Amino acid sequence: MFQLANKDPLVVRGVTKTFTSKRGRRQVHAVRDVSFTVSRGSIFGLIGANGSGKSTLIRMLSTLVLADAGRVEVFGYDIERDSMEARQLINRVSADPSFFRQMSALENLLFFGRVYGLAGNDVRARAESILDRLGLGRAHQRAMVKELSRGQQQKIAVARAFLTSPVLMLLDEPTTGLDPRSKHDVQEFIREVQRDHDATILLTTHDMDEAEALCDRISFLVGGSIVAEGTSLELRRSVANGRDVEDIDMEDVFMALTGKSVEDDEEEDAFA
Amino acid sequence: MTGIRVPARRFGARQQINLGWAFVERQTNLWKRHWAWEVVWLVYGVVNTLAITFIAKQLTTEGVVSGQRANDLILFLLIGTLVWAYLSAVLDDISLVITWERWEGTIEHTLMAPVPRVAQLIGTAVFGVMHALMRTSLIMLFALPFFSVDLSHANWLSAAALVAMGSLSLVGLGILTGVLPLLYPERGEQMSFMAQAAVLLVSGVYYSVETLPGWLQAVSRLSPATYLLRGIRHALIDGATVGNEMRDLVCLAAFAVILIPLSIAVFSAAERWAKRTGRLKRHG
Repeated sequence: MFQLANKDPLVVRGVTKTFTSKRGRRQVHAVRDVSFTVSRGSIFGLIGANGSGKSTLIRMLSTLVLADAGRVEVFGYDIERDSMEARQLINRVSADPSFFRQMSALENLLFFGRVYGLAGNDVRARAESILDRLGLGRAHQRAMVKELSRGQQQKIAVARAFLTSPVLMLLDEPTTGLDPRSKHDVQEFIREVQRDHDATILLTTHDMDEAEALCDRISFLVGGSIVAEGTSLELRRSVANGRDVEDIDMEDVFMALTGKSVEDDEEEDAFA
Repeated sequence: MTGIRVPARRFGARQQINLGWAFVERQTNLWKRHWAWEVVWLVYGVVNTLAITFIAKQLTTEGVVSGQRANDLILFLLIGTLVWAYLSAVLDDISLVITWERWEGTIEHTLMAPVPRVAQLIGTAVFGVMHALMRTSLIMLFALPFFSVDLSHANWLSAAALVAMGSLSLVGLGILTGVLPLLYPERGEQMSFMAQAAVLLVSGVYYSVETLPGWLQAVSRLSPATYLLRGIRHALIDGATVGNEMRDLVCLAAFAVILIPLSIAVFSAAERWAKRTGRLKRHG
């Protein structure tokens, strides 16, 4: 056991990504010169409207999209140059839970645990324990994923990510599509992992209450660029314009910084 | 604050085998869930083998060929169809896994796991070879009783050596075709069928390569299936020993030595390109 304690879990410096359409006619600047640092043991929120570059940024941090410029370090490991080391430290929950739908939750988790070097018996015990904790019953754990609801699939996605005890967790809208009870279970689990397992978490969400309740610091992404960063109180102050900060909630901050309401954004999402 | 384990830069052979075996286990679980498909492919394989080999039987009944030549012709086509069933199953399995992962969206989770690409691809290929061997053995078991062929001269040891060495070269070819669905999620699998069709045309599956025009005969030398088919036919029809088969075994070994590292390097380059262009997102 060695210490990596003096390194920040996540350092992002000047990261930029532009996609070019197939015929090369159109360029989309998904992420523009983004920089931030996430300190150890914290939950860092990344908020933005649809198409603001959140998911691309998460994919870049997950080593799934390569940056055009800039660099990302995970505990001092450059995610391109030292990709293998960085990948042992991170895991991710995507907004879209992806599984082999013909296999059971446990069979899926067995595979994903094994490719992170865990022994089969350990994976099974740990998977059952996490799924129990998330409120997915034993019968559902053994059912084919295709037979489960989207919310239940999302719980398995959360379990998949936490199964490997990552020290940096990238959560891309982990509670989207969950009912209030399930959402609460997942949020409690995130808090528990942060508190008891010394995990650092990067969270994107459309739920402003969730962002305020969970995140130590929050960054707003607009058009691929970070336009504001701070604690929820600092952000509310930044858009107060003379109003009492107690009268301002994170939805007001969202509207002021992105130019959209959360409802507009969710509607856009539904039609996307 | 607790300690964080310093991650490994490289994995030892044992760890790589364990990581690769995870892919064999996963494919086995998937295969168990899709047993009905397996039955369909098995029936198709048996029918295809019979349909083609009956052509040789017709020629013997019509007296076009007779005696030992008739037996050899039936064996020639039977071996051709069985080797093709084996070869196409290996190639299909490897590219199907990539297509399937793209379709389900799990490819992103697989590629971000700390698994060396060599462990992932060889693990996938090992299942493909085991699966293809089992399916082809069953096809042979069902098809053989339809033809009273004389296999008394067959040298099964030579045939097994050729299958083993040929499988290694096919693994390289399979990984190369698996690059297509990685790059082209919508058309990649169909493109890999084109690659298979080219192998079918030039490798002497249903006819001797000498039948081909000169330039295609030259192309046939670039297909490992050419050496695999020629070797197995010599072993099962003429009883060639391992020593007699050394030339084809060396050619197949050379293909394996070149194709496996090359295919893994090409796959890694394609993965990098897909990450550069943002093509790993879910399709399907």
